Amino acid sequence: MVGRKKRKGSKTLVNIILGFICLLWLIPTLGLFISSFRPAADILQTGWWNVFPHQDWKKSGESVQLPKETDLRQPIEVGGKTFTDDQLKSGVTVDGDRLMWENRRARTLSVMEKGWEFKPALTLDNYKNVLSGKEYKLKNADGSETVQKGSGLSQAFWNTLTIAVPATVIPVLIASFAAYAFAWLRFPGRKTLFVVIIAMLVIPLQVALIPVLKDYTALGLNGSYLGIWLAHTAFGLPLVIYFMYNFISQLPKDLFESAFIDGASHFTIFSRLILPLSVPALASIGIFQFLWVWNDYLVSLIFIGNQPDVQVMSMKIADLVGSRGNDWHLLTSAAFISMLMPLAIFFLLQKYFVRGLMGGSVKG
Amino acid sequence: MSAQAKQGVSLKAVLLSVVILLGNLVVHGAIFMFFRDSTLNPLVTAVLAVIWGVLGVYLLYFTLNLAAEQYPERVRRRILPYIFIGPGAILLGWLLVLPALRTLYLSFFNASSEKFVGLANYAAIFSDRLMGIALRNNLLWVFVGTLACVSLGLLIAILADRSSFEKLAKSIIFMPMAISFVAAGVIWKFVYYYQPGDEQIGMLNAIVTFFGGEPQAWTSMIQPWNNFFLILILIWMQTGFAMVIFSAAIKGVPEDILEAARVDGAGEVKIFFGIMIPYISTTILTVTTTIIVFTLKIFDVVMVMTGGQYDTEVVATQFYRQFFMYRNFGYGSTLAIVLLIAVLPVIIINLRQFRKQGGF
Repeated sequence: MVGRKKRKGSKTLVNIILGFICLLWLIPTLGLFISSFRPAADILQTGWWNVFPHQDWKKSGESVQLPKETDLRQPIEVGGKTFTDDQLKSGVTVDGDRLMWENRRARTLSVMEKGWEFKPALTLDNYKNVLSGKEYKLKNADGSETVQKGSGLSQAFWNTLTIAVPATVIPVLIASFAAYAFAWLRFPGRKTLFVVIIAMLVIPLQVALIPVLKDYTALGLNGSYLGIWLAHTAFGLPLVIYFMYNFISQLPKDLFESAFIDGASHFTIFSRLILPLSVPALASIGIFQFLWVWNDYLVSLIFIGNQPDVQVMSMKIADLVGSRGNDWHLLTSAAFISMLMPLAIFFLLQKYFVRGLMGGSVKG
Repeated sequence: MSAQAKQGVSLKAVLLSVVILLGNLVVHGAIFMFFRDSTLNPLVTAVLAVIWGVLGVYLLYFTLNLAAEQYPERVRRRILPYIFIGPGAILLGWLLVLPALRTLYLSFFNASSEKFVGLANYAAIFSDRLMGIALRNNLLWVFVGTLACVSLGLLIAILADRSSFEKLAKSIIFMPMAISFVAAGVIWKFVYYYQPGDEQIGMLNAIVTFFGGEPQAWTSMIQPWNNFFLILILIWMQTGFAMVIFSAAIKGVPEDILEAARVDGAGEVKIFFGIMIPYISTTILTVTTTIIVFTLKIFDVVMVMTGGQYDTEVVATQFYRQFFMYRNFGYGSTLAIVLLIAVLPVIIINLRQFRKQGGF
């Protein structure tokens, strides 16, 4: 009885600690998400947490008129107390109210009282502006307007998709054939080749980039979709082969034997029997490879370089961070657009996603 | 008679396989040219590429297999495996294996790869100030980042196991693994954001000023401490990975052992260190090496957060700078090889593990 009670108490403690950690983990993303819907001027003026109901000073309507000849360099007397000019500039709290200059030259003070503030202004403009390439007007904090050019992220979005889909399909297909051969065919060199593949699993991509870039320059592949597909295919192959090998080699042997007795060739067995059986594994590793390419920055940076037509989202966002690091209305919405696909996959296909990531975590 | 027939089949087979090989070469060469020079709308290109990627690649295997089938069983059995692994092996060889060797070769040459300089590039790495900082920071990343990810991952896995919202908590902690480092960089740049004046819109500075502290430009302030604020991003992203794996391992600890220890009066802390940790030690080792390998190659975060300024350079960013911006292929290659040497032990561990698991 006592033991159970104690365990219940400790469970509450565990829940509280874990809840706190989860909150810590969630808040940075939440801040980005909320900010991406706030008007540009608001983001720079107040923290994103101000969209939640919070207590703030509001004008109560009352004001205090000081004598016109008040010397601002001397302590200023208001209602029996004295304040400095600086204090009144930033506001000073007296008896639960707050005094602040309303018009310093006319020597008027406004009295403010604390009240609940809840008027979140939310907008989709940031998304529209960051996606399109057209010019748009932006309201500044002081009410003036400036004209800015959109970031054209929608082009980058389609580019990313154009790169990611083939760069997933091609390596998965090629790797499945190879994995089948490694698992069920016997041939000289099989062991050596597989050792090379395992060694390639964790190899840093950097060791390949310089020579491949030289070849690409010679072949005219720089800045083309084809170059990126091939690069991602090759860089992804060791892992996909390894992952598919682990799956295919675990399939029961009887399966093959009965198919062989029926006179099926290896090619038929592979395409009619193994591929359909491997769908869960293909989905897991396909999702991993897709997200890897979707989130990639280094490979695109090297092989796309400054080809604006082909640039992917990660490059575009990194450029924005460099060139417009204070334009949070653009950065937040751009980052969130790039996160949409991974998050959708994460929430919809969590089972495959986790399995793929576990298998793919070693990738270089 | 039968020998003659065999010869006839062989001739036909040879002819057919030559035609198929040449045909594939021509067709895929043409597709190669088409995609290289294509100026079509990206979406149309993507659709065509998927068709090529599925049908074209499949047909490649199909036709090669067709050629192989013309040969007698004995020969076919010999060539078929190479047809299956051929395309993969060619791509891997061209774009990964050979380049690695070429990089090693280039690392013994000067900036323009014309003059042999022996080990001079390697010596330079350890004497050059910027590259020295890159090495120091990388060690910091690997050590602090891995330690934090593994211990936090373990802690959260155990907490989640005993909490009443395990699934939700695991989803939340794991979620950052799905997004890109560039997006994570933006998220955290916003958290660390500093602007002069009273109102701080960056959360960290808002918290600091709320408690009466001075706001800071976290990622550029007192070096080398700014590095820790970058490493925090890695921890935020990778802890989920460690947690999910540990969580599965913990559930594998037999309940009766734990129960027996509890009956003997062991406290939870003692159970944790005395039973849990030894039981999942291989998992801890795997997770640790995986995160070390990952952290060694860290690049995107540093590029997005500071671009390597304020002494936050790491080996991978230094590699990019030397190779891509200064066009110093000698230093670039050497840095890549340094990364390779750093992961060599892991490669050896992996191979040993694979042999132990009875692979081949």
